[in-house]
Amino acid sequence: MADTKKLAIIASQGTLDWGYPPFILASTAAAMDMEAVIFFTFYGLPLLKKEIDAKVSPHCNPAMPMKMPFGSKDFQSINWPIPNAISGNVPGFDNMATMLMKETFKKKGVATIEQLRGMCQEFGVRFIACQMTMEVFGFEKEEFIDGVEYGGAATFLEYAADADISLFI
Amino acid sequence: MSEITSNLELNCEGLNCPLPILKTKKAIDSLNSGEVLKMIATDPGSVNDMASWANRTGHELVSHTESAGVHTFFIRKK
Repeated sequence: MADTKKLAIIASQGTLDWGYPPFILASTAAAMDMEAVIFFTFYGLPLLKKEIDAKVSPHCNPAMPMKMPFGSKDFQSINWPIPNAISGNVPGFDNMATMLMKETFKKKGVATIEQLRGMCQEFGVRFIACQMTMEVFGFEKEEFIDGVEYGGAATFLEYAADADISLFI
Repeated sequence: MSEITSNLELNCEGLNCPLPILKTKKAIDSLNSGEVLKMIATDPGSVNDMASWANRTGHELVSHTESAGVHTFFIRKK
């Protein structure tokens, strides 16, 4: 295509649910012959770690459906309402919710975040890590995967100024 | 409809968005211009997504058929 469309994404959240959209959109954009850049800042930075340890929490998140990845189809379609008193106080509740969501994704044939991140890199999506938040939160370059660029707001905006699609996630 | 001959087959059964698109892109990259890819998917979202993908990339969606929830796409590389 004569003029290549450009996608610019800021990934600012690192939970399992918020970690998916940047990688899904960037990899698909690249598959559609677009250029794509993801700028990782604040809580989005851990998505660049070699091992992604993203979790999800139903605590104070009433819109999050808790699904069981096993049992009959009817059982699996139940949205389990979890009172905050339980999700906030039972030790390990987030780990369990994370495990259930990962299992449900797997059963539905959804890629893992690591898989999508790998495909982004394979398709030439550029990853930029925010240098400032790295220093604030004490992240080292050695913790991150290879192929990451480092920069600040101006680095992102220089690219985003010519972007056709800009998203803050 | 007579079966279109394909140069490559890709099975995306059981895979969900965006994997069928990403795998299709990889498969198309391995073909030469004019060659045809046969892709099979069970993700109902892939019907609209494949049309949009072909629309943007310029590869030709030659045909789409569905049988018992299994979608078969033939795509000719531009």
